[in-house]
Amino acid sequence: MTPATTVEHAGELRLEDVGLDYDGVPVVRDVSLTVPAGGVLAVLGPSGSGKSTLLRGIAGLEPLTEGRVLLDGRDLAGVPTHRRGCALMFQDGQLFAHLTVAQNVGYPLKVRRAPADEVRRRVAELLDLVGLSSYDDRLPATLSGGERQRVALARALAADPKALLLDEPLSALDATLRARLAEDLRGILSDAGTTTVLVTHEQEEAFAVADTMAVMRAGRVVQHGSVAEVWRAPVDAETALFLGYASVLTGDAAGSVLAAAGLATGGDVAVRRSALRAGGEGPLSGVVVAARSAAEQLRLLVDVTGVGRIEAVAPLGSHLGPGDVVRLAVDATRLATLAPS
Amino acid sequence: MRSRAEGARLLTLLGLAALPLVVLGVFFVLPVSGMLARGLWPDGSLDLAGVVEVFGRPRVHRVLWFTLWSAGLGTLLSVLLGLPVAHLLYRRRFPGRGALRAALLVPFVLPTVVVGVAFRRLLATGGPLGGLGLDGSAAAIVAALVFFNVAVVVRAVGSTWESLDPRPAEAAAALGASPRQVLWTVTLPALRPAVVSAASVVFLFCATAFGVVLTLGGLRYSTVETEIYLLTTNLLDLQAAAALALLQLVVVVALLLVTQRLRRTADPAREHRVGHAPQLGRRDLPAVLVSLVPLALVVVPLAGLVVGSVRVEGEWSLAAYRALTRPTAVLPATVQDALVTSLRTAVDATWMSLLLGLLVAAVVTRRSRSRAERRTRALLDGLFMLPLGVSAVMVGFGFLITLDRPPLDLRDSPLLVPIAQALVALPLVVRTLAPALGGIDDRQRQAAASLGAPPWRVALTVDLPVVWRPLLAAAGFAFAVSLGEFGATSFLVREDHPTLPVVIYRLLGRPGDLNAEMALAASVVLAATTAVVMLAVERLRVRSLGAW
Repeated sequence: MTPATTVEHAGELRLEDVGLDYDGVPVVRDVSLTVPAGGVLAVLGPSGSGKSTLLRGIAGLEPLTEGRVLLDGRDLAGVPTHRRGCALMFQDGQLFAHLTVAQNVGYPLKVRRAPADEVRRRVAELLDLVGLSSYDDRLPATLSGGERQRVALARALAADPKALLLDEPLSALDATLRARLAEDLRGILSDAGTTTVLVTHEQEEAFAVADTMAVMRAGRVVQHGSVAEVWRAPVDAETALFLGYASVLTGDAAGSVLAAAGLATGGDVAVRRSALRAGGEGPLSGVVVAARSAAEQLRLLVDVTGVGRIEAVAPLGSHLGPGDVVRLAVDATRLATLAPS
Repeated sequence: MRSRAEGARLLTLLGLAALPLVVLGVFFVLPVSGMLARGLWPDGSLDLAGVVEVFGRPRVHRVLWFTLWSAGLGTLLSVLLGLPVAHLLYRRRFPGRGALRAALLVPFVLPTVVVGVAFRRLLATGGPLGGLGLDGSAAAIVAALVFFNVAVVVRAVGSTWESLDPRPAEAAAALGASPRQVLWTVTLPALRPAVVSAASVVFLFCATAFGVVLTLGGLRYSTVETEIYLLTTNLLDLQAAAALALLQLVVVVALLLVTQRLRRTADPAREHRVGHAPQLGRRDLPAVLVSLVPLALVVVPLAGLVVGSVRVEGEWSLAAYRALTRPTAVLPATVQDALVTSLRTAVDATWMSLLLGLLVAAVVTRRSRSRAERRTRALLDGLFMLPLGVSAVMVGFGFLITLDRPPLDLRDSPLLVPIAQALVALPLVVRTLAPALGGIDDRQRQAAASLGAPPWRVALTVDLPVVWRPLLAAAGFAFAVSLGEFGATSFLVREDHPTLPVVIYRLLGRPGDLNAEMALAASVVLAATTAVVMLAVERLRVRSLGAW
């Protein structure tokens, strides 16, 4: 590595053919990803897919068995965790219970022996950034789950990391808090401008926070691209289902739906629940099997001619019930064509 | 309605506690208070002036001062030497780790008399380390105290260290803290409760050490405990003995209150997961070097003991061991008989302390529903810890003076010695069982009950699977404590049926013939028996001795 490359790669986190084992069992294999300076990458995968292990590997908490991790163009092999400049935020925050909020946030500054007034100033700044000014003297035990995660985030940012590693930062929180904090997180990360890797099993969390997304399964990255790309074109049926598509149709059923949407036939198709809309006109017809009111619409299970039983929606107040015959329109933007399996 | 339910719970609580309470009352509170009464009310009237006079004596000042500084220094050294060992034995992996853990535990349960013998042999003029001139010195006493108690620190801190959540340390490292900074800012603060509570228990053990001070200190160095013994048996100055015992009682109760408070800060709901210990590596070299000191301190006296037992008049010989089966002039029974007596007594003491300990542990660990209930449990918890620190000599002598007339004329009962030993072992048993029982999520029991299991069935399905290993471990501890108990036993033992530690002490007091070698050989037999029991306990891998 020449110094020139280092400047060129400033702030960039790069994984090259990374592999990790746990107790001799391969957990992560052949992962190659690049996060540009200031970018936010979400690694999305079900539990046990190796995503947290990957994150620990980047932080230097687990040894790599293959490949290498480069930060600023510098190979991190042999660099101990505390010299890597990767701040890791744990799923449950891991605040130090014996230190106050301010002492927790000031911790990374203290270990670098920053002068006291700088610590004070920076802590105030960061607590302000996460919306917790005036919490200085509280102990972690007195905070709510959401507040704790905010403090943990402020503490990670206080390390002034070259890369921020977030391990399921929001999954310990309840749904409404999660949605709100995801918004905040996005804002805080873009303000801080830190290169970030976020690991999660919640696609909502990934959508809300990240620019690019890598889907992991069984230790490998099966798809990688911008959040919109991955969402629009999942690489296979399993990925589509994991991303929140309601079902994947194959063969004639796929053909019927694709034709109805005005798309080219010949592949499989992943269908979101809201892709089929009943209660108006449309190219498909079927018989309602079950109906249930949800917050914004009526959720139906419809036996569609040429497709089979499939989920659909109708506007609230359309008074549909089992046995009713309906016509269905197909929204092409809520479908994803997959390569035939 | 609610208050009646609460009352019922309180009644159940007291019902469970009834048997241990009665036993503690008759065999501990009664003798100890009898002993105190004898000293404080010498002629039927309270004589406080006498007590004040005792505390004015220069010798008493010397005894108090020596007790304090020897116990303080012993505690400090035990902690300083124990921490690196705990780190190596519980946070690193290497071959032979389990054996080393067990070996370090042996001294703790080794009969105090044996330890005294081992150190004497090593340091005596002409002994392997005789050149140091430490025989009969205070340094020898402190070294012996450390020898005993380093194991307590290692186990108590080690088991906490082992199950310490590794993630805060990882978080600190990811925030830029170097290993040394992680140790100081995260690991040590997390260990502090364990260290402080281990230190206070060690201080308690050091300050009430009896056998080891008696054999090593002679008349020159005396602690409060040995002084009580000397005052009672040699000088028959019961008033002074009672005054000192009272002082000891007050200090011990204060210390127990402190330890109990410290123990409460530990979060019982915290998940105990044993992390993945890395291999021993080059970075551990400093810890390994420091650990060699306590290791040598433990190994050398024991090795000296074994060597001494097979050297007779400068020759290698098993004569001392052969002599163990033969009757001698100085003993009422052969050493072999004494071993059998010791084992029999230990079996009785073990079942007694297990029965009592199980009841006490069940009482103190159940979740309280009301403030009164919680207070009652805390009080009982503290009460049953009392034998931990109250002079065994006082208990023993108290037995003699209070249980000698109807309806409690137990002087010749073969059960007297096991009962006294069971009480001495009781705190250890409770402290082994209580963490296991307390660690059970109460919702498990509630779930079982809601599925239709009656209380006995709940205990069988929820408690027993968790508690059987600690129960076996506690049995091992009780057995070992009973084998080695000397303080109370020396008063109570029946003349024609001495236990092994008593026989060893007597052999030591009569130099000549083969007596010294026989004492060493008998010590080896006793140590080996105890070691075998402790190795079995270690195999059970219980978080024992971990939650004082």
